[in-house]
Amino acid sequence: MTPADFAAFSNNAIAFASVVYTLALLSHIAEWAFGRSVPASTEAAAGEPLAATASTEEPAAVSASVGGAMGGGASVGASAAAGSTYDGAADAAGSAGADAAASPAGPADLAARTHKIEQFGRIGVSLTVLAAALHFAGLVTRGLGADPARVPWGNMYEFSVAGAFGVTAIYLVLLRKYSLRWLGVFVTGFSVVVLMLAVLLLYVPAGPLVPALDSYWLVIHVVAAVIATGAFGVGAMASALYLVKSRAEQRSDAAATGYVARLPRAAVLDRIAYRVHAFGFPIWTFAALVAGPIWAQYAWGRYWGWDPKEVWAFITWVVYAAYLHARATAGWKGKGAAIIALVGFATLLFNFVGINLFGSGLHSYSGLD
Amino acid sequence: MRTALVLLFLLALAAVPGSIIPQRDIDAIAVSRWQDSHPTLTPIYESLGLFSVYDSVWFSAIYILLMVSLVGCILPRTRIYWRGMRARPPKAPRNLSRLPESRSFTVDEEPAVVLDRAREVFRRRRYRVDAAGSEVAAERGYLREAGNLLFHVSLLVVLVGFALGSLFGYTGGVIVVKGQGFSNSLSQYDDFSPGALFGADDLEPFSFTVDDFRVEFLRSGQQAGMPTDFSADVTYTETPEDEPQTHKLAVNHPLTMDGGSVFLVGHGYAPLVTVRDGEGNLAYKGPAVFLPQDESFASFGVIKVPDALPEQLGFEGLFLPTYGFTMETGPYSRFPDALDPVMSLLPYRGDLGLDSGEPQSVYELEKDDLEVMKRADGRDFRLDIALGQTKQLPGGAGSITFDGVERWVKLQVSDSPGKGIALGGVLLAIAGLLASLFIRPRRAWVRVRQEGGRTLVELAGLDRSSGGDLAEEIDELETRIRHHAPPQKEIP
Repeated sequence: MTPADFAAFSNNAIAFASVVYTLALLSHIAEWAFGRSVPASTEAAAGEPLAATASTEEPAAVSASVGGAMGGGASVGASAAAGSTYDGAADAAGSAGADAAASPAGPADLAARTHKIEQFGRIGVSLTVLAAALHFAGLVTRGLGADPARVPWGNMYEFSVAGAFGVTAIYLVLLRKYSLRWLGVFVTGFSVVVLMLAVLLLYVPAGPLVPALDSYWLVIHVVAAVIATGAFGVGAMASALYLVKSRAEQRSDAAATGYVARLPRAAVLDRIAYRVHAFGFPIWTFAALVAGPIWAQYAWGRYWGWDPKEVWAFITWVVYAAYLHARATAGWKGKGAAIIALVGFATLLFNFVGINLFGSGLHSYSGLD
Repeated sequence: MRTALVLLFLLALAAVPGSIIPQRDIDAIAVSRWQDSHPTLTPIYESLGLFSVYDSVWFSAIYILLMVSLVGCILPRTRIYWRGMRARPPKAPRNLSRLPESRSFTVDEEPAVVLDRAREVFRRRRYRVDAAGSEVAAERGYLREAGNLLFHVSLLVVLVGFALGSLFGYTGGVIVVKGQGFSNSLSQYDDFSPGALFGADDLEPFSFTVDDFRVEFLRSGQQAGMPTDFSADVTYTETPEDEPQTHKLAVNHPLTMDGGSVFLVGHGYAPLVTVRDGEGNLAYKGPAVFLPQDESFASFGVIKVPDALPEQLGFEGLFLPTYGFTMETGPYSRFPDALDPVMSLLPYRGDLGLDSGEPQSVYELEKDDLEVMKRADGRDFRLDIALGQTKQLPGGAGSITFDGVERWVKLQVSDSPGKGIALGGVLLAIAGLLASLFIRPRRAWVRVRQEGGRTLVELAGLDRSSGGDLAEEIDELETRIRHHAPPQKEIP
């Protein structure tokens, strides 16, 4: 294949990936739509008590609930699949027939619906995997489509495509470990939006790198930034859902069905958000404060020059440092910390969109006029 | 902690204006352009230091306060940590079942055997262990706080490295036409900004000549005109006694010497012209540096001919590497490479003002005593000269010949001592960060007692950091204490 073939294939792969992400998104939406009429409280039996303050102090009860409760948030549960709230719901649905008497649907109908939820959820995940594979193929061929071949992140279209892949990849990697399927609707939605914006507004044909980018630091610096962005993106989604869920938990009349009710407990969301951020922060530190300055020293003769991009990378770093501080500060835990995490992601997005398009600094590689 | 949080937010907020308002240290030209178009705001912004945010009093105040708070935090915490590090694991609380995670189970073995095994299990999982009577107390994760302290101390190291660079470093810019040379002394620089404690005598005596310069542009496609490669060959000596060496200078490939590095940051055109004056004498011959105005390398510049007689001559105008013309735009450049170079100049006569003693920019004409030459119809006399052409000036003032095109390179020479310290500091900070994020300080206790012929084991744990997976760890401990052989599954 010639570079032009690769470039054409890349465009097709990205377009197909957007379509498949859209299907995955619809599938996840269907999953939650069926969840509207199925009480999430059946999951309580699987160890997700909505009223966490219930008197489950007895050791036996605690140890019984541990497998399920931790399955929502902790690593490698008793078995990889079990422990997910959805599986819990499926298993519990039959035995929860008595509880379901209160709901309009009969036990058989309930079981069917629970089965549907599970089915759509699995389809959503499978489609996401397929879309991610296409997405990855699109990225690789984009790099091969340039003459000479290069890493596929040299302008804003490519940064956007790579960034969206970072978010999806982090989600898929952590999907099993943290039972993240409830994030699927947001991750696929995010990818669809970013890919469409990239294709519609930011597209430039594959071409060689501008000389300033022609360095192996481009690989190190940008890969680290993309991984950190992916982690912060997933973290921001978890933090936003934490805010929604903790509000719902505080209201006594919290709905027993629907998306919010089926989310893991707020404490679990909070823990996942923290872990993803804790993973992303050192990588961001490396990308923005080690790899970036070393490269800047080679390319521009100074390792730190308060270029707008550098300023905003620094602001993002400071805000996430504040997030980690907030987690350890009484009065800022939980809600305060989650808001700081969202502010951090906002600064990251602004750095990417605002500074690239409107800024005039040295990092003007959008490739757009 | 709360102070640090507030100061971190202030620092983030304070950094914002510098990314929106042009900064003198980054782009002095953008600053003066901005100031020209905002005459009312300028004095206010000036007094607030908004054109130089990162040197301003208030920005410095915030990060100095942050550093003070950092030191004020590190010192007492180091003391506490020093004590805590040598302390033994605390005794078991009376009621283990009240702890966040607790288990109780019975086994058939003797209490002493179970206690021994618990001790062994804890040791293998790198707990510090204390046994007393029927209890075992264990603690691990002491290095978390060490990592935390290392991270915060490293930030101070980074700041020291950064300060060294800005106090003892320097940055200078110089334009060198191909074939010409540069020696590292203050008078050779076009612009020079030294650190507060840098003296001109500290410049190392290196010198170099730009032997060649190459640039390639994309010829076709949507990104046509984008440079794909540019590089310069230089011959340099580190000290006057050294043998000359050669180096290929390119973006991302600087020339590094003791006491300074040379970076290729830009390039442009220097048309070669010959000017004869009204008396027919050779008054000027050589390159004139023109500064690129846009990505098509349409370049603006002046030629000053002080030796011309009877009157001094001056030229001002554009160099267009690939000439194009439309009625709307007038002459413009179609492509950045020198495919069809044309100069479009306005000639002036009079007094260039060079004798007044006041310094002048070489890129501008001082027009107070100059008069633009006119055509017979009274309009400005504009000269469009293609490569190789000679044009006569009106009124027998002389002639100008466009002999050729040379290129110049913009070089940045800089030295930032302390960059190694800053880099070492950040790397240490990351090491500390990893330790403080991923090491979990954790306490666990085991208590045994005889009950009805069997041994009742109580096991409980406490995480001293958030985000842990304590339940799993306690499960694992339980399995290992229950069974003699450690299970297959390993939890990292």
